[in-house]
Amino acid sequence: MWKGVLAEFATQESNAAPAAIRTRDLNLWYGTFQALFDINLNVRNGIITSLIGPSGCGKSTFLRSVNRINERLGYVRIAGSIDVMGNNIFAPDVELLQVRKQVGMVFQRPNPLPLSIRDNVLFGHRLHEANKAAENDVVEKALREVLLWDKVKDRLNQPAIGLSLEEQQKLCIARLLPVKPRVLLMDEPCSALDPKGTEAVEELIWELRGDYTILIVTHNMAQARRASEECVFMLMGKVVEHTATDTMFVTPENKETADYIEGRYG
Amino acid sequence: MMFAASGQNDKDRRIQQLYFVLFGIMTLLLVLPVLIILTTLVVKGGPALSIDFLFTKPTNGMTAGGIFPALLGTIWLVLVALLFSVPLGVAAAIYLSEYAPENVFTRIINLAIINLAGVPSIVHALFGVGAFVIFFRFGTSILAASLTLGIMTLPVVIVATRESLQAVPQAFREACWNMGATRWQTIRRVVLPNAVTGILTGIILEVSRTAGETAPIMFTGAAFFLPFLPQGVLDQTMALSLHLFVVSTQVPDMPEHLPFGVALVLIGIVLIMNSVSIALRMYLRGKKKW
Repeated sequence: MWKGVLAEFATQESNAAPAAIRTRDLNLWYGTFQALFDINLNVRNGIITSLIGPSGCGKSTFLRSVNRINERLGYVRIAGSIDVMGNNIFAPDVELLQVRKQVGMVFQRPNPLPLSIRDNVLFGHRLHEANKAAENDVVEKALREVLLWDKVKDRLNQPAIGLSLEEQQKLCIARLLPVKPRVLLMDEPCSALDPKGTEAVEELIWELRGDYTILIVTHNMAQARRASEECVFMLMGKVVEHTATDTMFVTPENKETADYIEGRYG
Repeated sequence: MMFAASGQNDKDRRIQQLYFVLFGIMTLLLVLPVLIILTTLVVKGGPALSIDFLFTKPTNGMTAGGIFPALLGTIWLVLVALLFSVPLGVAAAIYLSEYAPENVFTRIINLAIINLAGVPSIVHALFGVGAFVIFFRFGTSILAASLTLGIMTLPVVIVATRESLQAVPQAFREACWNMGATRWQTIRRVVLPNAVTGILTGIILEVSRTAGETAPIMFTGAAFFLPFLPQGVLDQTMALSLHLFVVSTQVPDMPEHLPFGVALVLIGIVLIMNSVSIALRMYLRGKKKW
């Protein structure tokens, strides 16, 4: 019982803390189909927040709105606002490339580019900086950050596609880091991995918190519970509940949340 | 016995064998004409082939000598046509595949490209006369003929390029965009390097198509016979395809082996180009890593 109260307290305090991602009345339509309804969410800075909910509840759609990659599909319409680090990403003077730089994304299937390990890590760096002298340091730092350096330091020039899926996914995280993102969005980053790979990547994500704000979509209840500090439960395009992960999994407020967590639907 | 054949099984098997034989014969019929043409050409035209045949001028009212001016002319025509159609076709394909929004306008363009591929070559020829020979005052010249050929083969380049661009996985593009790459940076650094092989094979196929065409160059730049070699793109030229037509039908007392020799050279160029294209594709597909 005490644990619940403490978590409640933490959440209340979190509402006062500055939000890394803050949405106000976010609505999104694919053509005539409304996928998100009045999303009002404060994702706290520097922690891991997981997004859970049944398939089609809008969690991936929400995730893909935060770096505006949804808009590539011409038929998406958005109303409301999303602030990232206090800046509205839909403001008229916003440069889309800057949003994408600040808000990195990791996909369900590892998608290393068909280049060497080294060139993968440097890809983003080279887009934005011409500093060749720094390249070795950039590679080492990024790969160390994702706990991959010792494994691959002797074969940096080999194709990234030769790595295991787990290593590929870590590499996909590593190549975001040199462009210095503030937020990392992860769309079921472990669902293509075996249990051992999942554990390793989860461990990495846990290491990265603090330096980055991490928003992670997952189907895996156990993963949400293990690897996130706050948890958002979505259903039919709406946010049902947003509390500390411990609270949600022990004493969920809503019946829908409880039913989903206990596996009554999904 | 649980797995014994029933009467229905036997009937099904007979029908299956019937279709197997039927389709096999159809396939054979498809290959047969090609084999007959090739063997005839080799048997009848083979004796005409020699280094001299390839590298000397025709003499004695074209009934003797070689085909060098026509061979050189075909190379001119193909190269100038490529200079025009490859940059245009590749750029158009990049726009259509990577930039163009999905709307009515884009659909109209795509329809136009399909239709361009279906326009008969003689219509292209007349268009070439009107546009390049007369309107742009290029006269009957390599330039006019090559531009006509180039327009005619544009759809080949566009379609081949677009297909190889679209074969590059979308995940690569998303990966780039999420590191803040512009569309052009994405295309330049990731999409094009992975599509270049497909584009190349498309271009080689275009070469073989261009080399064989006759109608578009007849009125726009190719001559029956010229006593001199072309010096520049505003000169007329002889060309293999037209030369074949001339020596087969227009010149009396033609020794039989000569037209067959010309045809053999022409089809040889086309076959070599196609083989190179196929070999390149197979080699590079083997190297692909996704």
